[in-house]
Amino acid sequence: MSRRTRWIASAAVWGAVTAGAVAAPFYLEGFWLQTGLFAMSAAVGAIGINLLTGATGQLSLGHAFFLAVGAYAYVYLSSDVGLPTPLAAVLAVAASGVAGGLFSPIAGRLKGAYLGIATLALIFGGQHVLFNAETVTGGYNGRAVPPMELFGFVFADSPEVVVFDVPFGSLERLWFLGLVVLGCAALFARGVLRGRPGLAMNAIRDHEIAAGVMGVPVARYRAGVFVVSSMYGGLAGVLVALVFQRVVPDYFGILLSLDYLAMIVIGGLGSVAGAVIGAAFVSLLPQLLTRYGDALPLVAAPGSGGVSPAEAARILYGAAVVTVVLFLPGGLLGLASRLRRAIPRIKELRWANSAPEPASRR
Amino acid sequence: MTTFVELLVNGVSVGAVYALIALGFVVIFKATEVVNFTHASLLLAGGYLIARLHPVVGFWAAVSAGVAGAAVVGALVEFLVIRRGRVGSHGVLAIVTIGVDILLTTELTRQIGTDVLAMGDPWRDQVVRLGPVTIAETRLVALGVAAALIVAFLLAFKFTGWGVAMRATAEDAETAALMGVRLGRVSLSAWAVAGGLAAVAALFLCVFPTPGLDRSTAAAAMKAFPAAILGGLDSTTGALAGGLIVGVTETMMSGYQGQLAFLGRGIGDAAPYLVMIAILLFRPAGLFGTKEPARV
Repeated sequence: MSRRTRWIASAAVWGAVTAGAVAAPFYLEGFWLQTGLFAMSAAVGAIGINLLTGATGQLSLGHAFFLAVGAYAYVYLSSDVGLPTPLAAVLAVAASGVAGGLFSPIAGRLKGAYLGIATLALIFGGQHVLFNAETVTGGYNGRAVPPMELFGFVFADSPEVVVFDVPFGSLERLWFLGLVVLGCAALFARGVLRGRPGLAMNAIRDHEIAAGVMGVPVARYRAGVFVVSSMYGGLAGVLVALVFQRVVPDYFGILLSLDYLAMIVIGGLGSVAGAVIGAAFVSLLPQLLTRYGDALPLVAAPGSGGVSPAEAARILYGAAVVTVVLFLPGGLLGLASRLRRAIPRIKELRWANSAPEPASRR
Repeated sequence: MTTFVELLVNGVSVGAVYALIALGFVVIFKATEVVNFTHASLLLAGGYLIARLHPVVGFWAAVSAGVAGAAVVGALVEFLVIRRGRVGSHGVLAIVTIGVDILLTTELTRQIGTDVLAMGDPWRDQVVRLGPVTIAETRLVALGVAAALIVAFLLAFKFTGWGVAMRATAEDAETAALMGVRLGRVSLSAWAVAGGLAAVAALFLCVFPTPGLDRSTAAAAMKAFPAAILGGLDSTTGALAGGLIVGVTETMMSGYQGQLAFLGRGIGDAAPYLVMIAILLFRPAGLFGTKEPARV
């Protein structure tokens, strides 16, 4: 494939994806829109953790904490302090960054799985604060999330808006906000990964000492990536809060962090596209099983004693994590690119087989 | 004062149980350099077997079956997954163990459901009175068993062929292999031993004063992670110290909750992690961990 045709092909793919994403709210029902929005927010968070774990090799089990910081900071700043909601959202993301920065004495010094265990402290400490600081977090019952309002446009069900005969409720409106946020987050992360910082991060992952000798400030980079990654977490938290319209402490537990790690492993470590694919896989799977569980063998209705859809989804993606690492290094994204490389090769092979024997054999 | 002594004994006893879990964790790390997040589900598996089998075969047989079962599960994880994961970094293997943990924990919690399973131990809720101090028998037995197991383990580590092979592997796997140490066997046995220790720990985490084995038991097992890391992941002494620190801190914080009301309810659960952070700030490799020197 020449460079030109490849460019045209990728432009066509991206055009189709964008068109599909923009057209989706006109055709999909609320259930799928909500699922899609969760997938989008998960994708934002997964991109962040992929910068940390995939590109820099630092394990974090504390991502759920940063989502919580983002979500709760947004609620607190917009309803208690009374800031305009977009400002509250920006400050909430900044607050997650500050929380990540406060952890940097540890994030900069510990490596790999050590950091993973240390970040467990964020989860359990965070849960403790969420349950106890009732004036800010609302304790066990959580708090309602005020809808986003951008230049006078409210992301809620009222006032009513109808576009092309489709009533635009909060989900339809948030869909576009989610698309824009995800797009920006993905572009920024791609820029980081393709530029000098990305090279430095990969160098730290592959050989810490060599990276240091080449002049990469290892501890500073580790701390910096941790901060960026936690800001991505905060952004994902704000999105989740807007979609849920309520934040409760239970949601931001260890299971959420594990979900995020599963996403990047399944999708593909160290790349933006991998994070997005993995996020879609992990967030869509339980919903698909819930919706079509009746038609599937082995999946029973919740509470009937069999494997419930949520459990089946967890088992499936637990197995997916193991399978991917054992058989598909590079995740689903790696599989896709290997297929793409394999197809021209097959064509070549066929061509070579059909060609006449070379005459110059002695 | 009485309360203090009671809390101290309870804390040490709980700490000894955590030390058992942390010890398994450290053994796996030394033998295979994998940080094993499957540990919580190994523990759950052992506890579940004991709880389900004791009405059928009696308590002692059930305990042996539980220990053997958890050891087999551990060995299987090593044999089927860890050994086959040909990945460059051990960080990725750590994530694989998370995947295995998700699988096992989901299935086990599904089996347990909303039940609270009794362990059927002979000590029940009997207490021992030493003057004004009252201590549950289970706590004393836990302390004794854990201490005995730890001593036995450390002796084996020092004096048996298995222990020498294990230490040689931890020191330099390649050289050990050249000297005839079978690395596969070493790592398999490490995982089996860790599983067995976890099952014993599960028994003592679920007896009086805890109501029994339920789906939150895995969360209790999570407290052994800070124990292992604050002591130093590659140090058996560290695992013991870490376990005791975590156990005593947790018990003290929960016991004096009334006086510590400003810290909020349930501070005992968060305390081990806070202690871990405080220690890591000053000693990033843990209390007894070796700071690995690197040669370029």
